[in-house]
Formats: sequence, structure tokens, C-alpha cells
Amino acid sequence: MSVMPYTAELHSHETYLNRSYTLRSWLLTKDHKRIAILYMGSITLFFVLGGFAALLMRINLLVPAGFMAPDLYNKLFTMHGVIMVFFFLVPSVPVTAGNFVIPLMIGARDLAFPRLNLASWYIFVAGFLVTACALVAGGVDTGWTFYAPFSTGYSNTFVFLTVLGIFISGFSSILTGLNFIVTVHTMRAPGLTWFRLPLFIWSLYATSIILVLATPVLAITLVMVAFERVTGVGIFNPALGGDPVLFQHLFWFYSHPAVYIMILPGMGVVSEIVACFSRHCVFGYKFVAFASLAIALLGFLVWGHHMFVAGESIYAALVFSFLSYLVAIPSAIKVFNWTATLYQGSIRLDTPMLYALGFIGLFTMGGVTGLFVAALGVDVHVHDTYFIVAHFHYIMVGSMVMGYLGAIHYWWPKMTGKMYPEWWGRFSAFTIFMGFHLTFFPQFVLGYLGMPRRYATYDPQFQILNVLSTAGASILGVGYVLPLCYLLWSFKYGSDAGPNPWGATGLEWQTPSPPPTHNFERTPVVTQGAYAYHEMEPAGA
Amino acid sequence: MIAEFRLFPESASSISSQVDHLFFYLVAVTGFFVLLIFVLILYFAIRYRRTRAGTCPPVASSNRLELTWTVIPLMLALTMFFWGARLYVRMFDPPADAMDVYVIGRQWMWKIQHPEGRREINELHVPLGRPVKLIMSSQDVIHSFYVPAFRIKHDVIPGRYSVLWFEATKLGTFDLFCAEYCGTNHSRMTGKVVVMPPADYEAWLAGTVPDESPARAGAELFRSLGCATCHGQQAPTLAGLYNRQVQLADGSTVLADTNYLRESIMDSTAKIVAGFAPVMPSYRGQLSEEQLIQLIEYIKSLQDAEQAPVHRPAIQTEPRPSRRLP
Repeated sequence: MSVMPYTAELHSHETYLNRSYTLRSWLLTKDHKRIAILYMGSITLFFVLGGFAALLMRINLLVPAGFMAPDLYNKLFTMHGVIMVFFFLVPSVPVTAGNFVIPLMIGARDLAFPRLNLASWYIFVAGFLVTACALVAGGVDTGWTFYAPFSTGYSNTFVFLTVLGIFISGFSSILTGLNFIVTVHTMRAPGLTWFRLPLFIWSLYATSIILVLATPVLAITLVMVAFERVTGVGIFNPALGGDPVLFQHLFWFYSHPAVYIMILPGMGVVSEIVACFSRHCVFGYKFVAFASLAIALLGFLVWGHHMFVAGESIYAALVFSFLSYLVAIPSAIKVFNWTATLYQGSIRLDTPMLYALGFIGLFTMGGVTGLFVAALGVDVHVHDTYFIVAHFHYIMVGSMVMGYLGAIHYWWPKMTGKMYPEWWGRFSAFTIFMGFHLTFFPQFVLGYLGMPRRYATYDPQFQILNVLSTAGASILGVGYVLPLCYLLWSFKYGSDAGPNPWGATGLEWQTPSPPPTHNFERTPVVTQGAYAYHEMEPAGA
Repeated sequence: MIAEFRLFPESASSISSQVDHLFFYLVAVTGFFVLLIFVLILYFAIRYRRTRAGTCPPVASSNRLELTWTVIPLMLALTMFFWGARLYVRMFDPPADAMDVYVIGRQWMWKIQHPEGRREINELHVPLGRPVKLIMSSQDVIHSFYVPAFRIKHDVIPGRYSVLWFEATKLGTFDLFCAEYCGTNHSRMTGKVVVMPPADYEAWLAGTVPDESPARAGAELFRSLGCATCHGQQAPTLAGLYNRQVQLADGSTVLADTNYLRESIMDSTAKIVAGFAPVMPSYRGQLSEEQLIQLIEYIKSLQDAEQAPVHRPAIQTEPRPSRRLP
């Protein structure tokens, strides 16, 4: 890709990691790589918290009558949703892998606004701390969707603090999105034209557009919830003259695009990994790139498909159903192109590739079940049942956490300069894939049978499938804990990775691992498109 | 007790098998594509695994292939859209001869009243083979009325009426769930729908101690609230009003359905009838959901009153309260 080979001495160079070891040097850093590590630590902690809530919920659902008081269960699923959506999935790939590799991929010294980047981490953590106060003080029981008038007039829990925390963390999203957009526009290396950009950059660019445009709507909506709750001025509560369906329109206007905030970065990761491990340019590069933008734009026009039985008019439902089918097409295009990339490739099934293929498998399942819920006549039956729970977990948890772990495994040697134990990596990818299906496939059946979601207790006819799901969750839990252990282990004991262990194209692999603080000795010059694998020297097999 | 284990829900309404047919179509089409992708990925991963170091032929793009896998999925998606849309329109277009039943959701129970007067809680008795139209509202937060065996669901929203209809095709007892999270005991806001032979339903309706019909209770309310002092003189007459087009002061017209009547009582100045002054006070906060339903049922009952309305409604509604089953 670039013409500048890596020549520096491997063991003696100063890296962003060994530059200074003081706490101060970490907390006041403006280095995008260190900020990525700060984010990684934070969201890993949040993931563990959210996962713990899920574990308790699955235990409660082992028996129809449940083990815990319904109020506690309601608070747990709210905590699970709030933490996982706002404090893990929305930031996940962009703030970690994105922060770390965007400047490296485009041959830049840092992001466009390094101080703003650090500020967005502080805002993010501050937002979490405020929400955590609400959880510690006694929790909140509205569900992560905060539907009015329950949230504004009926819940006796800490709604105000929770929405305040989410409101604050929203600014972190906006600033990160802004930073990425400006960086991609202004800081590309000489010769790195738009159509030479790696697809990961395209997908994060599309994600950033959504972050900047959609997050303010969430902020406004949450302010209105807090305002009605505190002052009693009627906005959503019909007893005060408000309209509860208005809340849902506003909420989903953010929260549907937010699904694409979560999934688009994962798609970018998969494009990188599939190309690297099949040693092929991504098939239909431009189609994949434009599919990202199409998803970002169409994603703004389908929020009403969350409201087919919520009181929107029949005509609105028809339009939203139609648009929902349209937004499915670019996703299908991506899956077909990834599959075609494998054709006649030279494929290695290393850990990142297993995660990427796992992503494609789970995303395909999540995507096609989206066609079920977009079909108006079927959605009436499955809406607000476990079918929906299974569908969005296949997308947001199944594929997206696969994508996140794929990114971490793919760029871990670059971030730390160390290799993790390959066997454990493959084992955990396989465990997660299997555990995931066992957890969530029974929920499709439960949903079509008619078990509503957010039920602390349930009819005994649903028990067998719930027990299966909980069994799967325990396997899934092991699968998620494994990478945490062996990655931390490898940080200390792993073998040296060298600058380019995968034989990948891309500027980030042409600087030492871990990279020096200033990223590149000299600004690289780009002369060809991404994924020129057929022109590379054969990689070590 | 060991509950019956099933993998597929019972089908007990005129619409439920139609939903299942679309569901099977979706399973078939998407199952084919999921299998295709899985098999291709597995096959490629094995067939093209890296055995020796080497480069592979360059690939760029093929517009013909891209077009193929854009157009074919799009066409299939459109069939799903049209099929689903047709079903949905049918689901929310109640037949004209459907019998009305009122449903009020509240934390955490379902209160149901039949026009003849019979009330029930967390149970809904209906006759077999007769369309039933539910007119639903909530007293507090949003609930959702869901009967899986009928494949129907709609949110029950405070401040307005939502409508749901079904025709039971199977005798028996079916689960009723609240599907929209509504607080502490959401998962216990459940009930049963009992489908009875029409004759048994008639007998059940008559009951041992018949409750007062909502229309009669509404007539009493109408008197005690003093509505009659204005309506008919300086306010519009209510006879024959239900389901009629009403001319408004701003020149538009509106159909006098349940939601219009509800709004006119609760927020009386929202829509002013042409030729009248906005003098009616608002009854927001002064009437319970049940009283509101009683008033509306009373206004509906004025259809057949002696002072026959000047304009018959465009849509012929069934005579009330003298309803008879075949």
C-alpha cells in the first residue's frame, strides 16, 4: 500500500505504551491510542456489569414463578439495557478500535481534535457515574426505552438521574462523531483518496454521521421526560394533556438509527478481516462502501416500524414497513459481497477470521428475522415478545460483540505488540458462537408461541425453552470471560507480534507494534487502493 | 402440574392461520438464504484454505453479480411487504357487524364490559364465529392487549381509544397477556379469553345478576351532569350523532367516532361544531374511564331513539341495544 517499509529496531523503540508510566500521563494524555485504551478499560467494565445483570435475569427465568421480586427483575432488565446500549454497544468499536486505528489507517499523527477526544472520554465516564448513582441509590424500573407516561408519571424509581447520565454521555458520542468526520476529511495521507480508504473508515464515517445527527434528538427527548417528571408540565402524559405516542416517535427517531451506530462499525471490521485472511480485495468495494452510507441514511426513515401496534395510523405503518424492507437490501449486499470475497481466496481461519465469519453468520440470522418483524401482519403477533428480543440480540449482541471481539483480536498485536494464545482464541470464538445460538434461538420459538418480553414470571408452558436459553447463556458467559483472561495474560506473557503478524495491507501495519507516540517516522504516501493483497509478497503460511 | 409443551402456538381465530401462512413463507425464503450463505462460507473456507504461500487472482467487482443480489432480494422483500401489508389492513378493519366490547387496562388488570352490561375482570367471554370489536383505553400507563392464539395485539393507550377485532374459530380458553411493559406486576397482568358456543354466550350474558347496561348508566350520568340543559338547544343535538360526519367551524368535517366523542367530552374546545359557540366546559379529570364509556354508549344508543336523526349515518351500525344472535 505505502512505499515505506518498516526498518526501526523492534525492541528499543519508544512506544506510546512505554513512553511514561505515570497515572498522570494516562489521565491527561491526548494520544488517540492511549485514549482508546482508556475507553477499552471502561467499556469492558460496563460490559461485565451489564452481563452480570443478564445472568441474574436468566437465573430468575429458570422457573415460571421466578426467584426474585418482580421489582428487582424489572430493575435488572432496565440496568442491563441501559448499560449495554448506551455504555457498551453505542461506543464499543468506534471509541476503541476506531480511536486507535483511524489515524494509523489514514497515515495521520492523531485525530483532528486530540483534546476533544480526551474530553469525550471524561464526559462518557461522567455520564456513566451519574447513571451508576441512580443504580446504586435503588435502581430504575422503566426499561431502557423509558416509555411515557410510565417513566414520567408512574415509576417511583430514579428516572431523573438515569436519563441525566445518558444525556451527558450523549455529548461524548456527538464529539467523537464530529472528531472522526473532520479527521477523515482533512487528515488523510497524500495519495489516500476516498476510494482508496479501507472500508473500516467508510463504515465509521457513516456511523459518525448518525452519531452527530441522531444523538441530539435523544438528548431533547430525555430532557422532555425529565421536565415532565419534575415540573408536571404535560408533554407525554395524556392526563396532563400530552401525547404518549409522541414520546415513542421521538425516542425511536434516535434509537433506530442507534442500531446502525452499533452495527455499522462491526461491518467495517468484518470487511478488514475477511480481506486480510482470504488475501483478497473486498469484492465490490464500492458497493460495500456505499451500502454503509445507504444504511446510515435509510436508517433515519424507519423508526415507525417499532410502533406498528402502538397507535400510529395504518398509512404510516405501510410506509414504514416498505422503507424497512428497503434498508434490508444494503445489508444483504454486504453479506453477499463478503461471501464472494472468500471465493478463490487463500483462506486462513485464525481467531479474527473466526470472529468475522461468526459475525456474518449471526448477522445473517438477525437480518433475516428482521424481515419477519418488518412484515406488518407478522409483527402484530410477535411484537413485544421474545421473538423481538431474539432478533435484536442476534444483531446487537451476537454479531456486534463478535465484531467487537474480532476487532480486538485483529488489532491486539498492533495495540500491545503481543500475540495471544491462538488455540484459546479459536476456542472462545467457537464457544461464543455455539453458546449464542443456544441462548437466543429458543427465544425465537418462545416469541412465536407468544411469551411477552419483560416478564418476571411466566406461564409454565414456556419453561423448557427458558431453561434451554439459560443453559446457553452460561456457555455464552464462559465464552465472553475467556478472551478477558487470555488477552490480559498475553499482555504480559505473549510472544512478540512484530509490526505485521497477519501480513495485512493497510498503513497501520507499516509502523512498529506498539506504534510510537507520533505513529509514523515519515508521513506515508499512498499509491494504490486498500486490500492490494494480490500485489503483496506471499505471506508466511 | 406439567404444562403442555409446544413449539407452535394454537391457532384459534379467523386471522391466525393467515398469519401462520405468511410466517411459513418467510421461514422458507429466509431459511433458503441463510442455508445458502452458511454452505457457501463453509465450502469456500475449506476449498480455498491456505495450503501454500502464494497469491491469489485479483478480484475487483462484477456489476452483473451485484445487480443480481440486489434485485432478487428486493423483489422477494416486496412480496413480503405486500403480503404483510394486506394482512395488516385486514387485521385493523373491523367488519361492520362486529359486536363491541369495552376494555379498560389499568395497573395491573383488565376490566371488560359488554354492552348488555355484564362486567368481567381478566376474563373475556366471546361467542364462537362472531366478529368482536374491542374498544380499548387505559386508565394509567400504556398496556397492550395480546392474545397469541388469535395472533392479534394492540397497545392500550391512555387518553384515546384503540380498536382491535377478531373472530374466534375454536372453542376453548386462550391466554391473554399484557405485552407492553407497565410496571411492577406487568407479568401478572394476564387473563383468559373464553370462546363459547353462541347460545351459551347468550346465557352467560344474561347471567344470574345482570349488571346495568353502560348505556343506561350513561343516561343517568347524562342527567346528573346536566348535559341535557344545553345539548339539543344551544349545543348540538346528540341524536344520531355517532358515526356521522360533523361539520366543524373551521370548515373541515370529522367522523363522530368513539375517539371524537371522547375528545369532545374531555377537551371540549378542541373541535367546534359549525354554528355553535365553544361554551362547553371540559370534563377532564372529572370522569373515570368507565363513566366515559357509559356516556359514549349512551350517545351511541340515541341512534334508534324516537326523535330519529335527520341524517342517517353513512355506515349502518348494528341496532343497539336490541342485539340478537342468529
